[in-house]
Amino acid sequence: MTLLGLLCVVLVADLFVDDEHRNVTYWLSMASLAITMWVLFSTAPMERTVLFSGAYVSDALSQAMKIAVVGFVAVAFVYARDYLRANDLHKGEYYVLGMFGLLGMMIMISANSMLSMYLGLETLALSQYALVAFDRNNANSSEAAMKYFVLGAIASGALLYGISWVYGVTGTLEFSTMAANIAANPDMNGLSLWFGLAFLIVGIAFKFGAVPFHMWLPDVYEGARSPVTLYIASAPKIAALALLLRILVDGLGDLHAVWADMIMVLAVLSLLVGNVVAIAQTNIKRMLGYSTIAHVGFILLAVFCGTVKGNAAALFYTLTYIVATAGAFGIVILLSRRGYEAERLSDFKGLNARSPWLALMMMFMMLSLAGIPPLVGFFGKLNVIDAVLSSGYTGLAVLMVLASVVGAYYYLRVIWYMYFDAAEDQAVLQASADTRVVLGLNAMAVLGLGLVPGWLWALCTRVLG
Amino acid sequence: MNLFAQHLLSLLIWLPILGGLMLIVIGDDGNARSARAGMMRFSALLVTVLTFVFSTALFAGFDNVEPGMQFIERQSWIGAINAYYYLGVDGISTPLILLTTFITPLVVIAGWDSIKPRPAQYFAAFLILEGLMIGVFSALDGLLFYVFWEAMLVPMFLIIGVWGGERRVYATIKFFLYTFLGSVLMLVAFIYLFGKTGGFDLLGFMNVPLSLPAQKLIFLAFLAAFAVKVPMWPVHTWLPDAHVEAPTGGSVILAAIMLKMGGYGFVRLSLPIVPDGSEYFANFVIALSLIAVVYIGFVALMQKDMKKLIAYSSIAHMGFVTLGFFLFWSIGSGTGAALGISGGMVQMVSHGLISGAMFLCVGVLYDRVHSRQIADYGGVANTMPTFAAFMVLFSMANAGLPGTSGFVGEFMVIIASFKANFWFAFLAATTLILGAAYTLWMVKRVLYGEVANDNVAKLQDLNIREFTVLAVLAISVLLLGLWPAPLVEMMNMSIETLLAQIAQSKL
Repeated sequence: MTLLGLLCVVLVADLFVDDEHRNVTYWLSMASLAITMWVLFSTAPMERTVLFSGAYVSDALSQAMKIAVVGFVAVAFVYARDYLRANDLHKGEYYVLGMFGLLGMMIMISANSMLSMYLGLETLALSQYALVAFDRNNANSSEAAMKYFVLGAIASGALLYGISWVYGVTGTLEFSTMAANIAANPDMNGLSLWFGLAFLIVGIAFKFGAVPFHMWLPDVYEGARSPVTLYIASAPKIAALALLLRILVDGLGDLHAVWADMIMVLAVLSLLVGNVVAIAQTNIKRMLGYSTIAHVGFILLAVFCGTVKGNAAALFYTLTYIVATAGAFGIVILLSRRGYEAERLSDFKGLNARSPWLALMMMFMMLSLAGIPPLVGFFGKLNVIDAVLSSGYTGLAVLMVLASVVGAYYYLRVIWYMYFDAAEDQAVLQASADTRVVLGLNAMAVLGLGLVPGWLWALCTRVLG
Repeated sequence: MNLFAQHLLSLLIWLPILGGLMLIVIGDDGNARSARAGMMRFSALLVTVLTFVFSTALFAGFDNVEPGMQFIERQSWIGAINAYYYLGVDGISTPLILLTTFITPLVVIAGWDSIKPRPAQYFAAFLILEGLMIGVFSALDGLLFYVFWEAMLVPMFLIIGVWGGERRVYATIKFFLYTFLGSVLMLVAFIYLFGKTGGFDLLGFMNVPLSLPAQKLIFLAFLAAFAVKVPMWPVHTWLPDAHVEAPTGGSVILAAIMLKMGGYGFVRLSLPIVPDGSEYFANFVIALSLIAVVYIGFVALMQKDMKKLIAYSSIAHMGFVTLGFFLFWSIGSGTGAALGISGGMVQMVSHGLISGAMFLCVGVLYDRVHSRQIADYGGVANTMPTFAAFMVLFSMANAGLPGTSGFVGEFMVIIASFKANFWFAFLAATTLILGAAYTLWMVKRVLYGEVANDNVAKLQDLNIREFTVLAVLAISVLLLGLWPAPLVEMMNMSIETLLAQIAQSKL
């Protein structure tokens, strides 16, 4: 709620600020994020509180996820500023839309009924559509935004349709009541509920970008300007996980046997398609897009287990995945400069000679995404594999590790370009101090969380326990 | 002293890693001849020498009659899954740690001025690699072991890729993916065992009962990891590529130490954790080992590239190691079984010294002529007599000449295989002929005869730096050949313990 108020302040303030002083908007946005963060920390209730006649829930999970999304949005803003200024895109809209999206995410995270979930989802989605189209003179961006909007609208429709079926059968929109109703009347657990469930899963799979609902993802990642891609690739994944956990686990947990199989198929397809297709990419944003699809496979497989261990592993995986992805896009943004988008893989050639630090940090991000210890991505994979194995799916576990070997290839290719090849481009790399500091902290987080992952692990288990 | 001994292993692991990080932080200045680059070299040498000096304390303080682990350190690492920062060594890992700390300074000296681009990063990669390798040999927690095992690939990937030859990218990606593919299956096995025991303690893994089907699968997962690393036929193809393309230092570390991790994995994990699975597959592993010894021996004979020849000879020699480890069930109880395993261990240490020395010899020639082709040489002994003397010595050792360390291990394994089966011994012994044939034939073509061309005529003999490195290795090869007793005594007790574990069925 605080965010909404502050957001309005920023929005109004932005009207009176011309392009020369756009930094004011940036600092105001950062200040609002800081205040929101402070409110989150100071109110942190560990027991479950339901508000607004059952529409809104505040529990440990929502608190942890909100802190994470606020943090990641702030990181995205820091990385974005230099780029936007250099490309004459430094409009207040990026921050305002970003914060509206954040509001949507926070509503999703705290949703306790289908309606508030949908409300949050649309707030987020509309902000994202607009963000993608943000550079209105760019044909690629507009095309990506159009594609995203049309497909996103279809997915929202599917979700809404599914919600109506589920409401029809269970007679409620509230997740906890829904679970109680299904438990009380086992005959509800029948074909018509499953029919609605299938549509819900389509909607969720679209938001995640799971195969075969992944078509929009690489196009949007490629078409959007890099700071927007960074935004879309980071915090909204946590919101998508909240969507998945709230609906399937909180609301329809009793139907685990039904949805688990659907999720498994989506997950396995995502793993295979994402990893294999990523190899063929020459554009790093597109490559990271396909790599996202592969990572979604891991997240879905963790939830597929239907155990607390699995859900905690999914949360851990999502968080660690975003830390590394945000860093990677941060570096992509940093390599770009006025009128030049460093988005081809070959733009990374010889980075080690141009800037050993950036190359080292990018190597950390790539190795983390590939799941090489001691970086944090490894522990994410370890958790998921452990959850899958302890539910008794040895074959799936083997498939997952084999898929990550395939995946290792394209991450290694980035390292290969950075370290083994000569630079094609000798432009001096510049970054403002705050970008450097945050990027450094980001790389430290990837390494440091890998060396001592225990506390985050324990936290994930506690908030889902 | 007590505090020092308690944290000795941590010191050995983290001293080189922190040293390497320091080199990265200071960084290069783009000039290999600057004072800064010189300082980098000296600090790298200082760190590796210090590590070696500290590791002698490991040798001095090692208790030969203690059957369990020594120098133990144990601290909670990830509480949620009972993973510990758990280190300790026994008679099997200590010689390999000493080998690591001994070889790395030599590698630093060998790369002294042959590495032109970015010396700081080069030496940093070796230092970090050294720490990680020592970590692999001393980790007693499965997760920690895996972290070191996998992290080790990264510096090696960069060493081959940045400072390697023409086809370095192909070679290094192949190296990385092959080893990564093997290791991830081991990770699945570890997580399965974690599910059984509730922790990652390797010693705990050794005591947990497992059904035969589970043991077979776990054995195969371990085999995938270790067979690639050793490497065993038919998953050896990454090795010749990696060796040929790697810079000299990379080849030395790869041959001398990284290959040993496969062998170490077999004795530390496969045999004691899944004894029944190992028994089931023992003849299979023996067959692969014999194919490596005989077939790869012939392949080595036909090589035109010196590094490739030595790489293939490494595969053949490592075949002896795996052969020795898996003879236990064919021999039955008795002294023969211990002989096979300690023979394999001696062979690992000795091969570490000899193959390292051979690669350094090739490096000496390569630095001068920039060719590894045997055909580009001939009559080198005329212009480089001192070098020729060293190369002949190491080649003899590689061929298993009595009096050198190469003889001891091979002889022990052959004796053990006689006790197991005449044909095992017969096939294994062909290496004495084949090894002599391919090594000495190479020596003949490279060193002897008329001076082949202008390049050879212009060769300068060894400088002080090269002489020191080769002399140190020559002394240790001879010392280990003439007096292997300290090494064997160090291992005895731990091998006894190991045999007791293997003999105990876990069904």
